[in-house]
Amino acid sequence: MNFLFRYANPHEFMRLSGVVLPFTVIGTALCLGAGLYLGFSAPPDYQQGRTVLILFIHVPAATMAMGVYGAIAVCSLLSLVWRHPLSDIAARAAAPLGALFTVLGLVTGSLWGKPMWGTYWVWDARLTSFLLLLFLYVGYMALWNAIEDETRAARAAAILALVGAVNIPIIKFSVNWWNTLHQGETITSGKLAPVFLAPFLLMMAGYGFLFVSLWMVRIRTSILERRARSLMQQGAA
Amino acid sequence: MSPFATLFLRDVRLAARSGGSAALALSFFALVATLVPLGVGADLRLLARVAGGILWVAAVLAALLSLDRLFQGDYEDGSLDLIALSPLPLEMTALAKIVAHWLSTGLPLTLLSPVLALLFNLPPSPTLILFVSLLAGTPAVSAVGAIGASLTLSLKRGGLILPLIILPLLAPAVIFGAGAVALALDGLSSGNALGLLAAFAFGAVLLSPFAAAASVRLNLGG
Amino acid sequence: MNFDMGLYGAYIWPAYGISAIVLIGVTLWSIAAWRRAKAKLSRLEKK
Repeated sequence: MNFLFRYANPHEFMRLSGVVLPFTVIGTALCLGAGLYLGFSAPPDYQQGRTVLILFIHVPAATMAMGVYGAIAVCSLLSLVWRHPLSDIAARAAAPLGALFTVLGLVTGSLWGKPMWGTYWVWDARLTSFLLLLFLYVGYMALWNAIEDETRAARAAAILALVGAVNIPIIKFSVNWWNTLHQGETITSGKLAPVFLAPFLLMMAGYGFLFVSLWMVRIRTSILERRARSLMQQGAA
Repeated sequence: MSPFATLFLRDVRLAARSGGSAALALSFFALVATLVPLGVGADLRLLARVAGGILWVAAVLAALLSLDRLFQGDYEDGSLDLIALSPLPLEMTALAKIVAHWLSTGLPLTLLSPVLALLFNLPPSPTLILFVSLLAGTPAVSAVGAIGASLTLSLKRGGLILPLIILPLLAPAVIFGAGAVALALDGLSSGNALGLLAAFAFGAVLLSPFAAAASVRLNLGG
Repeated sequence: MNFDMGLYGAYIWPAYGISAIVLIGVTLWSIAAWRRAKAKLSRLEKK
């Protein structure tokens, strides 16, 4: 916990992120580049043909969508319980990224589903859960924007994020249950042939590096914006 | 009379007096139930199949209508500050408001549902399941709704954001409630579904007062 | 690298295309916001 609080100081964070950022950017480029190269060099999958290539961008996007919400939940907890100063900024900065990953997960999932199952949309448990997750993101961002007072907005959003986080397993469970009830499609990707494992993992890592890089950039931007705002208020005083 | 009972009765009376939020919810419920067949056609077999889902969604939306006023009235005239200072814990206040809200929306909707089920050609057994599911599930709508209402109570146009925030959270209730009806329609046992719904509602009513109270506190400038 | 997608090209390329557009787009947007914030701050600090 102390570790986290050491970087709660905006100055410290700016310094640290300034050092780390070049590495994460390089990591992003290398992982995505290598992953794409290996993925496109591999022969077509025995079962799925070339559509397995979509999995390389669908699964990382979907994983990030869920992971980012988890990060927001953790930040919200830090903000509410331990009053960690940068957590609000971090949570708010992550939200649009998570929402976009969710959209990508839905779009790529749909495009993967059409050749596999025949329709662009299939109410399977995973896609349906992601659709609900997208709404959770949108609601979260809307709440931040709606409340004018920043401190209040931060705490309200934090409460909402935590309520959402508690609800997500329940939602997933209920959607799975609903899916079996109505005998919907179960989209299982099946086993990934070994030749695809390396590019797949590289893409996962690449998406992770990309998120961390963008997250840091957005947090740094928020810190600067805050400084600018306080300067303007001082000037006006 | 206990502080809880006092507050509770006050809220119930306010709800009853406020131009009949029950009447509004019931009218909305009935209207939606009327519009859907106009939209999907009068095929009675189709209507029976969708009855559970349509009526559940309509009930949730109808209950939403009066939610944004749950805390706002007291917030605007300063009563909420006084209530927060009273010996009654804010969580109990939230619970009292949740129960009062349910009595003025969820319960009347549940009571009307068999009549609307008739419009959808729903057989007696699934209709009973629908009734039971709404009875058990609408408290969850009031409970989760209270969280949304408390988060948005300082917003003048919070009414627009409120559904956006709480509808995803209510997906399990709709799934289990409508699912129970669908099972009954197929002649299967709805026990599981109703049990899951009851568990969800129980958890919601138990836990949401804490979230709602925390939200009220932060809005009161705590 | 093998770019022959057979029948599936109609799905694979849009998937990659949309992903690229969105991810590159959000990257550019984030960088632009950073630059704007930096410029604004240095203007205010100069006063």
